[in-house]
Amino acid sequence: MNDVRKEIIKTNVKFLSAEEAVSKIPNKARMMVGGFGRTGIPEKLLEAVIETTDLDGFTIISNNISEGSNLHHLFMGGRIKKAIGTYYTTSKEVVKAYRENRIEIELLPQGTLSEALRLGGSGIPAFYTPTSAGTELANNKESRVFNGREYVLEESLTAEVALIKAYKADKAGNLIYRKSARNFNPLMAMAADITIVEVDEIVEVGKLDPEEIITPFIFVDVVVKGGDTVNG
Amino acid sequence: MVDISIKRYIAWRAAQELQTGVVNLGIGIPTMVADYLPRGKVTLHSENGILGVGPSPAPEEEDPDLINAGKAPVTIQPHSSFFDSSLSFAMMRGGHLDATVIGALQVAQNGDIASWAIPGKDVLGVGGAMDLVAGAKRVIVATTHVTPKGEAKILPKCTYPLTATKRVDTIITEYAVFKIRQGKLMLVEKIDEISFEDLLTITGASYQIAEDFRTVVREQAMLELV
Repeated sequence: MNDVRKEIIKTNVKFLSAEEAVSKIPNKARMMVGGFGRTGIPEKLLEAVIETTDLDGFTIISNNISEGSNLHHLFMGGRIKKAIGTYYTTSKEVVKAYRENRIEIELLPQGTLSEALRLGGSGIPAFYTPTSAGTELANNKESRVFNGREYVLEESLTAEVALIKAYKADKAGNLIYRKSARNFNPLMAMAADITIVEVDEIVEVGKLDPEEIITPFIFVDVVVKGGDTVNG
Repeated sequence: MVDISIKRYIAWRAAQELQTGVVNLGIGIPTMVADYLPRGKVTLHSENGILGVGPSPAPEEEDPDLINAGKAPVTIQPHSSFFDSSLSFAMMRGGHLDATVIGALQVAQNGDIASWAIPGKDVLGVGGAMDLVAGAKRVIVATTHVTPKGEAKILPKCTYPLTATKRVDTIITEYAVFKIRQGKLMLVEKIDEISFEDLLTITGASYQIAEDFRTVVREQAMLELV
């Protein structure tokens, strides 16, 4: 019998430096960026985008643009053309840029954003949700009544690139996350053509319990070893 | 500014509605509800992916990867779990959450709520408010009775952009508790310090007095609040 423990496992997931990884991003990319507040943001990858590339004209899909994060720095550099997310009022600079027509904003309810990401990565182009029915966020959207309740038709989201943050990857590219830093990251991993992951730690294949893997490697293209969490 | 003890009373009174189950607390007065919940009987949900939110940590025990939806550091409980944002909102929209306590700018007598935007201002932040109100089994609004300018918040119809239509179940203020039953606004409780006439004056909406109406002594409750 073969000893499976001695097999050398090789997947298509690449392990690169941050600079090499972000060189794969096309210009004017539609790009997803994980994180909620300051938690679960791929800070090192964003830093590499800012420092080592001339990319601009981004359409960023992210819950918000948190002040102090490298996503906010990317925005302050005038490199974000449009933002799709749920909450921008926490940054005065974003609000100011919106008023001065320097950034376009598309606002979605947070549950609609998260489901649009999940379904975008699942091959389902649109879905009906009760959220926002009868409100101005449903203006110009189709709606339909099911079982006596109104539901709004929302389109799923996909992107050319996703920059996400995970806790650990194994050398096959399987991912686990840490506490509330998971948030939108596993959903974005599914929904982009190229998914680049920043992790705190890379471990040997077999070190992660198959029962605990949250993002199987099939959704991952590139893994980059980051530092410790930026704010901790 | 509204007296902190008034806010604490509203939070305490809202907590009296929650004896068991899973609850999501909004920002502001609703956050204070946690201080008055029966220990171990109500589980708190946070939309960024935590079921079983514990109290604030000591400063040296703060973990940057463990925050609540208000971005404040939190702890977990022995039965807690972590999950992604999609599963978190499935808990809401899927009707699995027993209740939410949220603030409001305006509430209408038919249960419409406006809580996220002011007309004429930029509309740049909605967060999870619409999903929460659309999905929770019970929507409890905890708010001061009038605005800081003294304008009524409980109205015949909301004039601000809506968060959801016909979803509010209970309205709790420093003076009264209303329930929306069969699409009608019913007064179920008022404090003894305010007369029926004065309550009517500061409430824009029309309401009926419920069969189970009661008058309560607020001072007594407030004395017990820290």
